[in-house]
Amino acid sequence: MSDVELKPVIEIEKLNLVFQTADTPVHALSDIDLTVNAGDFVSFIGPSGCGKTTLMRVIADLEKPTGGHISVNGMTPEEARQKRAYGYVFQAPALYPWRTVEKNIMLPLEIMGLSREEQKARAARNLAMVNLEGFEKKFPWQLSGGMQQRVSIARALSVEPDLLLMDEPFGALDEITRDHLNEQLLKLWDTTKKTVIFVTHSIPEAVFLSSKIVVMSPRPGKVIDIIESNLPRDRTLDIRETPEFLEISHRVREGLRSGHSYDD
Amino acid sequence: MTEHAETSKLGLWRRLYDGKSFPVFVVVLSLLILWYAGAVYMNSDRLIDQYERGKVEWSWQQLIEDAWSMERPILPAPQQIVVELRKTVLEKKITSKRSLVYHSYVTISSTLVGFALGALLGILLAVGIVHLETLDRSLMPWIIASQTVPILAIAPMIIVVLGHIGLTGLVPKAIISMYLCFFPITIGMVKGLRSPDVLQLDLMKTYSASAAQVFWKLRMPASIPFLFASLKVAIAISLVGAIVAELPTGAVEGLGARLLAGSYYGQTIQIWSALVAASVLGMLLVWAVTITEKLVLGRTGREAV
Ligand SMILES: Nc1ncnc2c1ncn2[C@@H]1O[C@H](COP(=O)(O)OP(=O)(O)OP(=O)(O)O)[C@@H](O)[C@H]1O
Ligand SMILES: [Mg+2]
Repeated sequence: MSDVELKPVIEIEKLNLVFQTADTPVHALSDIDLTVNAGDFVSFIGPSGCGKTTLMRVIADLEKPTGGHISVNGMTPEEARQKRAYGYVFQAPALYPWRTVEKNIMLPLEIMGLSREEQKARAARNLAMVNLEGFEKKFPWQLSGGMQQRVSIARALSVEPDLLLMDEPFGALDEITRDHLNEQLLKLWDTTKKTVIFVTHSIPEAVFLSSKIVVMSPRPGKVIDIIESNLPRDRTLDIRETPEFLEISHRVREGLRSGHSYDD
Repeated sequence: MTEHAETSKLGLWRRLYDGKSFPVFVVVLSLLILWYAGAVYMNSDRLIDQYERGKVEWSWQQLIEDAWSMERPILPAPQQIVVELRKTVLEKKITSKRSLVYHSYVTISSTLVGFALGALLGILLAVGIVHLETLDRSLMPWIIASQTVPILAIAPMIIVVLGHIGLTGLVPKAIISMYLCFFPITIGMVKGLRSPDVLQLDLMKTYSASAAQVFWKLRMPASIPFLFASLKVAIAISLVGAIVAELPTGAVEGLGARLLAGSYYGQTIQIWSALVAASVLGMLLVWAVTITEKLVLGRTGREAV
């Protein structure tokens, strides 16, 4: 890798976040240290409630940390958000029910003030990307949960951000669609040199997609292992049978096991 | 031939039985029976009095017939109201002071003006309350207080004050309508504008959308079903407001004026026909709002709240 590619996009040092709830404070993030470089594909993996979504929301400036330092593109997360530095795919589709599929995808583009033709072109292109051509005029309630999630992915992609934040985007999909979208995403990442941060519960998915895997553990949410993957960027699904792949999977599994507590 | 008639007759019964018509028919029938019985019961005292003073022989049949056809009954029979309605709705020219259509028109004008003003005021207040914390805290108590004042007490004062500055006729009535009907619209609209969930709002935040964009692209469309739910309540209240406003003004026009005149002269049949006219108007108005709602929401396939 050249020096240019090692430009840090996200730098996190000693980041802490405590939620003040009615009864006890929840220490959602504890002393997180993490650097994401331009062009990285970083996966967060860890048991439910370990703070993956919270960390992603801090990066997106949807949650304020209570301690530590974080910068996005060399700015504060707030400045980065105001510059529309990222596209965010939420854990739930969050479509607007009064808008058609096409109009939902056009929403961010309307806000950005793009021309009508450009909006339509991008909507069509990204709908095709998630295999939903022909569903432009449907309303969200006419789609299955997985289809809705794919629309929300198309919506985030249509912004064409350099940084993509994806919170369990493929959680609601069947295995085959998931494989297909994994390949599509990987191709997109390889050709556009985007930086992707990706949350998943699936070890094979994390290993297949990522150049860097962040293993987290709960209570308090912290990073217990960061695994750099040396798999080639232009990988295909067959790579899942190789010894290198299995070796990385094993290390992720070990990390998850060590961080897992069974006391509650 | 007969067989065909038989099946279609059976089909009719089935349709009646399965559909809404049958239960509605039964309810209407029971109400009518109760009403006719009530008319006999309520009016019989005065009739028997009359018979005894006039020393006339009377039979039950005579009593019932008379009870259903008195000129100023305590409770008129339904057919008397129908006759009165036919006389005042169909047989009078609609510009005549005796035409119920004319009086309905007068009342409905101030209802609609009051409703439009109330909707405007209600929506503006809601927008302010949702966007400005201070308005929420400073205005809300006043808005609620305004609704605890009995309208019958405040209506004459509004009319006197407005009359003093030269506003008479439709305007004061419309203002009283507005005063009554903005409240459910404010409440419904505040709820509607606040209905988007955290995720829908976060999405706007990730696009770094302006407050105006959040309003027009998220809060406003999300509030539409709530708006229509409160408009349905408001338009009925608006009609009540217009009628109530006609009572203390000594108005000579409008359904309220008909009610008042009827009660001065003991014209119960006139009162009842005005009431029937008012409830028909009320139903038509709510129906019009419902149709508009269907047209607006139907396009997006959304259901009413
Ligand atoms: N707004 C909030 N207020 C209080 N506590 C919160 C809030 N959001 C999250 N938490 C707590 O912070 C912790 C981390 O939550 P988070 O949503 O980040 O988990 P996660 O790793 O994304 O889990 P999952 O895999 O189930 O999505 C949890 O214990 C949760 O209860
Ligand atoms: Mg989560």
